[in-house]
Amino acid sequence: MAESRPAARPLSPHLQIYRWSWTMAMSIAHRVTGTALYGGTLLIALWLIAAASGPAAYGTAQWIAGSILGKLVLFGYTFVLLHHMVGGLRHFVWDLGHGYEPQTRMNLAKYSVVVSGGLTLLVWLIALTR
Amino acid sequence: MLSNSSMRTPLGRVRGLGSAKSGTGHFWLQRVTAVANVALTLAFLCIVISLIGKPHAAAVARLSNPIVAILMLLFTVSGAVHMRLGMQVIIEDYVQHEVLKILAVMANTFFAIAVGAACAFALLKISFGG
Ligand code: HEM
Repeated sequence: MAESRPAARPLSPHLQIYRWSWTMAMSIAHRVTGTALYGGTLLIALWLIAAASGPAAYGTAQWIAGSILGKLVLFGYTFVLLHHMVGGLRHFVWDLGHGYEPQTRMNLAKYSVVVSGGLTLLVWLIALTR
Repeated sequence: MLSNSSMRTPLGRVRGLGSAKSGTGHFWLQRVTAVANVALTLAFLCIVISLIGKPHAAAVARLSNPIVAILMLLFTVSGAVHMRLGMQVIIEDYVQHEVLKILAVMANTFFAIAVGAACAFALLKISFGG
């Protein structure tokens, strides 16, 4: 629309050109987990509809959730949700104007895996032992 | 305002509007829902954990508790708004064809509203019975 010259601005991490780094991997992970959660919301809707429909439908939903495949999906969903949440906290740090130094960026990226992984294990420890 | 006959400079015309032509509104709502999602996600995880292994009647009783029902409504609505905004950015990044892009953005809106409405309806039905 507007007559424009291409601006010399930084490009997004390009999968085939850049050497992989923690920050790049976590940037992509935030987008991938956001997309996975998008689909996951459908599962929440189905679960709630089953609960609203009555004992038979809820029993089926519980059976699916309790199966091996169901548990694997739920474990994956938990990690994806918590990883995206911790990644979001990282975005808040940046939005407030902090954490742009190379070492800080690297640490934030690494710790977001450790923290979200730890939180996921904690949630499942609580879930499986009650 | 976007016509080329405008007296304003190209930069002046686009400043603050962004690729979705809606200014910073999109970005800001994504951040507001992201902040809300942190608290609501933690509440959601606690609610789900508390429901593990509960039969239908007990689950429905728990889900129709006003605090639990309101937290679940807020989580699903805030999540639907947030995921719609996030997916729109992804579509705008990757879908180059203008018509396909508009259709994809529209389909994304329909999906998010449908999933959000389904969750809200199910939660209200659980709460109010019938
Ligand atoms: C749990 C708390 C959450 C936080 C703190 C959070 C935070 C964020 C932030 C800050 C962004 C913007 C990233 C950017 O500008 O590049 C984002 C993007 C996104 N979020 Fe979330 N989010 C949360 C939960 C969710 C949920 C539950 C869903 C889906 C149901 C979701 C789906 C998305 C999607 C699809 C994107 C777009 C990803 C991208 O553009 O790369 N988020 N999130």
